[in-house]
Amino acid sequence: MYVAVKGGEQAITNAHQLLAKRRRGDTSVAALSVKQISEQLSLAVDRVMTEGSIYDRELAALAIKQSAGDLVEAIFLLRAYRTTLSRFYTSEPINTTQMQVERRISATFKDLPGGQVLGSTFDYTHRLLDFKLLAEDGIATPSASVAATTEQTSASEQASEPEPEKMTRVLKMLEREGLLVEETDDDSTPADVTQDPPTYPCDRSARLQSLVRGDEGFLLALGYSTQRGYGRNHPFAGEIRTGEVDVAITPDELGFSIDIGTIQVTECEMINGFSKLEDNDVKFTRGYGLAFGQSERKTLSMGLVDRALQAERYDEERISPAQQEEFVLSHCDNVEASGFVSHLKLPHYVDFQAELELLRRLRKENPTSAKPVTPVQEKGE
Amino acid sequence: MSAATIRDGYNFAYLDEQTKRMIRRALLKAVAIPGYQVPFGGREMPMPYGWGTGGMQVTAAVIGADDVLKVIDQGADDTTNAVSIRAFFKDLTGVETTEKTREASLIQTRHRIPEAALQEDQILVYQVPIPEPLRFIEPSEVETRKMHALEDYGVMHVKLYEDIAHFGHIATTYAYPVMVNGRYIMDPSPIPKFDNPKMHQMPALQLFGAGREKRIYAIPPYTDVKSLDFEDHPFEIQQWDESCAICGSHESFLDEVIMDDLGTRSFICSDTDFCRERGPIEESINMPVDTPIDTPIDILRETL
Repeated sequence: MYVAVKGGEQAITNAHQLLAKRRRGDTSVAALSVKQISEQLSLAVDRVMTEGSIYDRELAALAIKQSAGDLVEAIFLLRAYRTTLSRFYTSEPINTTQMQVERRISATFKDLPGGQVLGSTFDYTHRLLDFKLLAEDGIATPSASVAATTEQTSASEQASEPEPEKMTRVLKMLEREGLLVEETDDDSTPADVTQDPPTYPCDRSARLQSLVRGDEGFLLALGYSTQRGYGRNHPFAGEIRTGEVDVAITPDELGFSIDIGTIQVTECEMINGFSKLEDNDVKFTRGYGLAFGQSERKTLSMGLVDRALQAERYDEERISPAQQEEFVLSHCDNVEASGFVSHLKLPHYVDFQAELELLRRLRKENPTSAKPVTPVQEKGE
Repeated sequence: MSAATIRDGYNFAYLDEQTKRMIRRALLKAVAIPGYQVPFGGREMPMPYGWGTGGMQVTAAVIGADDVLKVIDQGADDTTNAVSIRAFFKDLTGVETTEKTREASLIQTRHRIPEAALQEDQILVYQVPIPEPLRFIEPSEVETRKMHALEDYGVMHVKLYEDIAHFGHIATTYAYPVMVNGRYIMDPSPIPKFDNPKMHQMPALQLFGAGREKRIYAIPPYTDVKSLDFEDHPFEIQQWDESCAICGSHESFLDEVIMDDLGTRSFICSDTDFCRERGPIEESINMPVDTPIDTPIDILRETL
């Protein structure tokens, strides 16, 4: 019974036992291992790592298992663990120009140095259910879905096992020609949204951090709204690249940097409509997206929203939701949002009672209010 | 039609016959009111929205077993999405496909109109992302439908005029709005404005499909299509100082390609069939006409 929420210790214990049972499902079916999740649901793992703000495939897979596939819950679990970890070092900025590229596409140039490398992607597959997967069992060699297009693009030279390679950035070439607003490192210490509370208007570094942690669905919808006229910014996917980058730290006692490992990231650099700058020059503007793993939808959405949030910088009218920094950043975190929305399930007896009492009194004083039907229990039968 | 050539378990051209009939009704209405956006019951397609689902539904509704289909994206037959859509229709209709503009009876396109003039017996199907030309001035559909009904198009001219005030030019380079048959302002889909004049009095039937927004519109053959402009700022199309590095064309739309890390640029025709038809300017450029797999870009690379 709902009433039992108040002090219902036994009820809570029972609910959690039932949850554990439901999570496990039919015990005659083999349990899903964390390794299987990390290998075969890798895109879910990527999303959980990105929004959970920690690069650890095993922990993210564990969180997905524990949350029975509820990714927002998994992100929450990972965040809650992350916050308990001590920080040893701040890593050097990763250099995505040095990325070992697995996939790189540009929608702005048909061909360019390094070519278009499709890598692994759902793009250009026909979304027809592949019923053969129903019968897949045990250890089988993967075969391309029959629904996938069989013709190969010849614009890019694709070997069957493409060797990762380093590639020049597309936007750098436009920068060199002076056609694109430049992004430069001003050497200031970036904000840390996990340590300091937000202040608005906020620093670009704080904004980008919030967007990386932001809910993919929310950013997707906001990015989409800019494409439909609510804060339009004429986007072109200048470059999207996915691959491994080195992570380095510089311990104080050593004084030089050492590589401690590699992580897979996806980066999207958006080229947006040109604008007249303060010095009267006219250049393309840009938006930026970055995420752990292979998270293309997220980085594209982030790029769109990042550009929309630069409205003030380019003296654009700020009338659409995606252009309101405070609105976007204070609502994009799904751990915060999901927490507060779900708190409505908590008892609110007292507050509601106060409202109830007031409404009854107001209606009594108001002669036009319909006469109440006397509640059964007050009939005094 | 030989049923054996079609993927098992699916109807000819994927959509069921009821759906095709619904789309054909919308098409007939669209042809009867040139430039007017007809709402239709857009269906889910096995490709993502924004990747040509509207064009595909129109193509699926009009394609017959005798059709010869050409699919282009950015003017080229070899772009990934064109390859994918062509493979889809090959798989689900078994019709003959071609890369030659003149041989096609049905051409589905994204972002370009072929350079070769189209003929009376051809149909050009455009993939449309945002069918509403007024959308970027007025986000609300309720308002824009009213504006179309009342021919309240002043805001569009104000927008173009603001461009002139800011940049000295009309700053719209693609999806440049047109007036169709002297009545409706229409979005020509994001074709470069270079292609706009080709729509005017075109002998071929032009059909436009917007899947996500669930709108169909059309320009019947030999219809007036005028790009919006001002007396003192007449409509102009893009021009290049360069010519195509392969065929030497001065009159086609050129794509910029980057040849090396220093950003060395070269230009080639965006319309691959047009380029192949003209042939190379120099003997040294070896262009194997019969192997469509060798794209202009491969040829250019080999030459350098």
